[in-house]
Amino acid sequence: MSATAALPESRLRRRIRRYGLAWAGGGIVLGWILVAVFAPWIAPFPPDAQDIANRLAPPSAAHWLGTDILGRDVLSRLIYGSRVSLLAGFSVVILGAAFGTAVGILAAWLRGWGEEALMRFTDLVLCFPPIILALALAAALGIGTTNTIIAMLVVWWPKFARLARSLAIVQRSQEYVEAATVAGLPQKRILWRHVLPNTFGPIAVLCTLDLGIAILTFAGLSFLGLGVVPPTPEWGSMIAEGRELVEQWWVATFPGIAILSVVVGFNFLGDGLRDWLDPKARSR
Amino acid sequence: MSDAVLDVRGLVTVFHTDAGPVRAVDGVSFSVGKGETLGIVGESGSGKSVTAQSLMRLLDPPARIEGGEVLFEGRDVLTMSPRELTAWRGANAAMVFQDSLTGLNPVLRILRQVTEHVVAHGRMDARDARRHGIELLRRMGVASPERAAASYPHQFSGGMRQRVMIAMGMANDPTLLLADEPTTALDVTIQAQILDLLAGLNEKFGTAIVLISHDLGVIGTICKRIVVMYAGEVVEEGPTTDVLSDPRHPYAWALANAVPRLDAPIADRLPGIEGAPPDPLAMPQGCRFAPRCPWRIDRCGTERPPLAEVAPGRLARCWVTADGRSLPPRTVPAHAKPPESSTTEPLLVARDLVKHFPLPKKSFFGAREVVHAVNGVSLHVMPGERLGIVGESGCGKSTLARLVTRLHTPDAGHIRFDGQDIATLGGEELRQLRPRLQMVFQDPYASLNPRMRIGDILAEPLLVHGRARTAAEAGERVGALLDMVGLNPSWAARFPHEFSGGQRQRISIARALGLEPALIVADEPVSALDVNVQAQVLNLMLDLRERMGLAYMFIAHDLAVVRAFCDRVAVMYLGRIVEEAPARDLFAQPAHPYTVSLLSAVPEPGRQRVVLGGEPPSTLRLPQGCAFRARCPVAEPVCAEPPPLTEIAPGHRVLCHAPGSLKGMP
Amino acid sequence: MLRYVAIRLASAVVMALLASLVIFLISNFVPGDPVLAQLGDILASDPTVVAQWRAKWGLDLPLWDRYWIFLSGLLHGDLGVSIATRRPVLEDIAQYAPATIELATVSFLLALVVGIPLGVAAAVWRDSIVDAVARAVSLLGVSAPTFWLAFIFLAIFYGWLGWAPGPGRLDPIAFPPEGSTGFFLWDSARQGDWETFHDALAHLALPAIVLAAATLGLITRTTRAAMLECLHQDYVRVARAKGLKERAVVLHHALRNALVPVVTLGGLAYANLLTGAVMTETIFAWPGLGRYTFRSAAALDFPAIMGITLVVSATYLLVNLVVDLSYALLDPRVRR
Repeated sequence: MSATAALPESRLRRRIRRYGLAWAGGGIVLGWILVAVFAPWIAPFPPDAQDIANRLAPPSAAHWLGTDILGRDVLSRLIYGSRVSLLAGFSVVILGAAFGTAVGILAAWLRGWGEEALMRFTDLVLCFPPIILALALAAALGIGTTNTIIAMLVVWWPKFARLARSLAIVQRSQEYVEAATVAGLPQKRILWRHVLPNTFGPIAVLCTLDLGIAILTFAGLSFLGLGVVPPTPEWGSMIAEGRELVEQWWVATFPGIAILSVVVGFNFLGDGLRDWLDPKARSR
Repeated sequence: MSDAVLDVRGLVTVFHTDAGPVRAVDGVSFSVGKGETLGIVGESGSGKSVTAQSLMRLLDPPARIEGGEVLFEGRDVLTMSPRELTAWRGANAAMVFQDSLTGLNPVLRILRQVTEHVVAHGRMDARDARRHGIELLRRMGVASPERAAASYPHQFSGGMRQRVMIAMGMANDPTLLLADEPTTALDVTIQAQILDLLAGLNEKFGTAIVLISHDLGVIGTICKRIVVMYAGEVVEEGPTTDVLSDPRHPYAWALANAVPRLDAPIADRLPGIEGAPPDPLAMPQGCRFAPRCPWRIDRCGTERPPLAEVAPGRLARCWVTADGRSLPPRTVPAHAKPPESSTTEPLLVARDLVKHFPLPKKSFFGAREVVHAVNGVSLHVMPGERLGIVGESGCGKSTLARLVTRLHTPDAGHIRFDGQDIATLGGEELRQLRPRLQMVFQDPYASLNPRMRIGDILAEPLLVHGRARTAAEAGERVGALLDMVGLNPSWAARFPHEFSGGQRQRISIARALGLEPALIVADEPVSALDVNVQAQVLNLMLDLRERMGLAYMFIAHDLAVVRAFCDRVAVMYLGRIVEEAPARDLFAQPAHPYTVSLLSAVPEPGRQRVVLGGEPPSTLRLPQGCAFRARCPVAEPVCAEPPPLTEIAPGHRVLCHAPGSLKGMP
Repeated sequence: MLRYVAIRLASAVVMALLASLVIFLISNFVPGDPVLAQLGDILASDPTVVAQWRAKWGLDLPLWDRYWIFLSGLLHGDLGVSIATRRPVLEDIAQYAPATIELATVSFLLALVVGIPLGVAAAVWRDSIVDAVARAVSLLGVSAPTFWLAFIFLAIFYGWLGWAPGPGRLDPIAFPPEGSTGFFLWDSARQGDWETFHDALAHLALPAIVLAAATLGLITRTTRAAMLECLHQDYVRVARAKGLKERAVVLHHALRNALVPVVTLGGLAYANLLTGAVMTETIFAWPGLGRYTFRSAAALDFPAIMGITLVVSATYLLVNLVVDLSYALLDPRVRR
């Protein structure tokens, strides 16, 4: 074989190839978090300031992303809209993950009929199509951000319960858990100090990937008119407002790009996190 | 060699890892003649498997072959076009892999897998191939081949799957068969069957065989010539008998002597060579073995020795033996007497232990199946004694270890430890007792929490049991413990993944020792380690016993290891102890037919063997009468009755109707 | 195998019963007045209607008896009456379902036909252009909001380029094809009415592509990951060592195994298409279940929402059943 065949890529290039997207994703997410936090200082206009004379104006120097049907500045509403989206995404995923993980680990630890009962209950919730059930619940509870978040939580936790249980089952039969038992450590300590930290990685990965999906779902429910009460700026409802304005494309296009960017950001971040935690993928 | 089937010259394979290029195979040369058998031996990481895969060009990136020639009947495999390569692979040269579970495609029927390349290479049409495939399976000793052909891999045992793999390799009657650790995943009695099969193929069809293994015994039973690899290089090559009896490279010497052998005198110490293979990213400038070599001279550190002829037909890569001298023979250290215990009271007594595991129900309506793991085991361990438990996989030995240490609760039976009944003890009482009864586990990678520092892993039990009151005090004890097991105390801040398998096993031992136990139950503590490391860890365990008066219950599948380590040995089969005797008696006069076959199945060069047919019966249904009856070469009708436990000599008990009726080969 | 089917079937029935119980409980524990929620404020202002309704559902009876009434109503196809359309919910659903099933099925086939080969190619030629395209497609597919994608496609291909016909299933002045199934493609093809067929197909193209996007992304991603996993398995190496051609190695050995997770996902994805249809149909004015759902949600038409939830959940269970069975066909280890 000749030695002049394509040279293997350099270490730096390989690292960029592997984690470059993850850094980019982290940057996008961090950027949006900053935007949400500092919205009042960044936004050029108040989000609900109407300017009927200037309605449906195309993007211009004054209104970078144009104005909507009530003459509100799309950019400002976009900036404020990030608050609701991120808040909804984080609260659904964090609360759902916390509850689901608790149920899963409890099930793995109880074994016997307790485990059986908890997991059958989880299966039951999983047998509903998530958005439709969330829709039904949101309709039953009434419109509003909090109610929509509650409805999403109901359908969100089961996947975490399943993941946490399977992780905990893998961990509890690991030899290091047996070793901790043989060393005479109390069961509670084994659960907290040994089993739980070792289930953390995959759950964190699922959380990150899920944040994007949660934001997407929340926007979808808002689009259907269930998420927020108007005139609260929210990306999904902004698209709903602009969905028939094909000529005035800017009204619906930019909120969609905002959603897309956040979801892509969380995807990159989650994938990077998974690669980083998985030594098998790391060596490839 | 002009009639060579395979002639490898200066093969170089490089892995381009994140940390830098690793030359896994670094200038390897050897050749295999027509119908010859060649063994390649080395530890994990020596480059032997990568060599095999390079020969077939099966490696994926980041591995790349970057030099050398692989001449197969004169044609260079490395320059073949993809089309030539597929025409050559599987037709002229075939390969058998180590793991038959992952090596067979789970969703395709056996027949398809055995014959698809017969059809693909245009040797036969589908219908002839079918007949050929069934015939092949029959020839490879697969039971009821027609039915087997229509089955899927998961319906077979490991031994049967390996026969299928070999049938696959032989399907096109290749000139060369490469077998990469073909028996490593198998039990000894099954291993013996597979080795016989391979030897038979070589004799009957003249297939040249390259057998790759970490086990010198396995290579010795099949191969006439042997290549020893270390750190990506060939360090010695020669006729197997010569290399084993008079190794000319210090590493080959260590390999040959670190392995406990059944025909060696019973000794307490194995001559292992300390240290570990060099970092593949920073190879030593001179001889790669020099840092570990007890005989090294100045030149070894600076100049890389060539692979040179040291005797007619023998090559070695060593400055010390370059002039044709031999290495000193192995010295047998004095047999250390076990510390005589003053008491005659046993430390641990188990009576009629039973443990069954119900399997998860397959359906709502189906009956629950039960694994009969342990079916009435009684044993005792005296203070300071080393009791060995031997058996094949599935015999219940690991479950027994977990019953004795009360990781599992027995379904029936009693366990007395230190005069206290612990069989049903629970909660706090059991926890208080645990320090006296410790365990070392099999898998050095799974038995340490990957997210804790070594220092914390070792300190945690000390703090919980009040053996150390402050973190500082615990830290001091941890340092002392690490020192005791031969590790640097300053390593306490490291995480488990920074250590090698042998070092991790030392950490596990340190964890067990920290609580000052009276008994350590060791579940296959060295089976995951390379022979050299195995010798080091066994020596450490012996040292500790002498210093601390420990008793061991030592679980293993390797008879030779048990023989080298234990005072008394119990042999398990299907959840029962079938024979129990002082080590000397058991190995000199085995009385149970199973023990006889097990001993004779151990691969050692130049030994004749009783090869046991069949496979251990399922643990789901316990047979009536003697559990070994179905495989026993000397079974009688009376064996349908449960056999009696007979004491045929002081302390030598056998569970058999006719102990001693099967004689081992001389 | 037969045993396996029977067991799966039995557990699906149990799950369906439990699901109906959950839906019953949700509709009974609506905060506020269930009468108001179920009847809507116009009907609820009429005392006779309220009294009739109370008698019918036995609101004064214990919960268990009421569930029994609800369940027997279900078995007779009684899902209540829609507040908005004043028609039995089941009739509404029966009318709108074919449009959605047609759309979802075409989308699903599109996603499979494009997604699986794309995923396989991406895994085989890892880090190539194909892989980059596949990864971009799958990322955009799973990340872009369906309703937004629908808007963008409509704006570009209908509003701007004028390549696609406007919203709806057919040209506004065209008549639906003869035939009873309600699947326009099927009906028109059977009648040999190719003009209508083309019209229906042209109208279907954009919504089907939009609806397929998320599924396509998911299927491409899963196929790629599963193939990468399988291509590193020992049995693939064994197949190469046997001298099989690379095509045979990839298609017969790796893909057969990689399809197992793809099937699981595919089933889930098909069920989720019904959800995605809510967004797509709303924007494309597609007269299907999705738009019906959207309208019911917007009008807070509670009986309709519950009816849809029931029907979709039942479909979900059915699809899961089919997935389990095809799983057993693909992987002999599952069969017992």
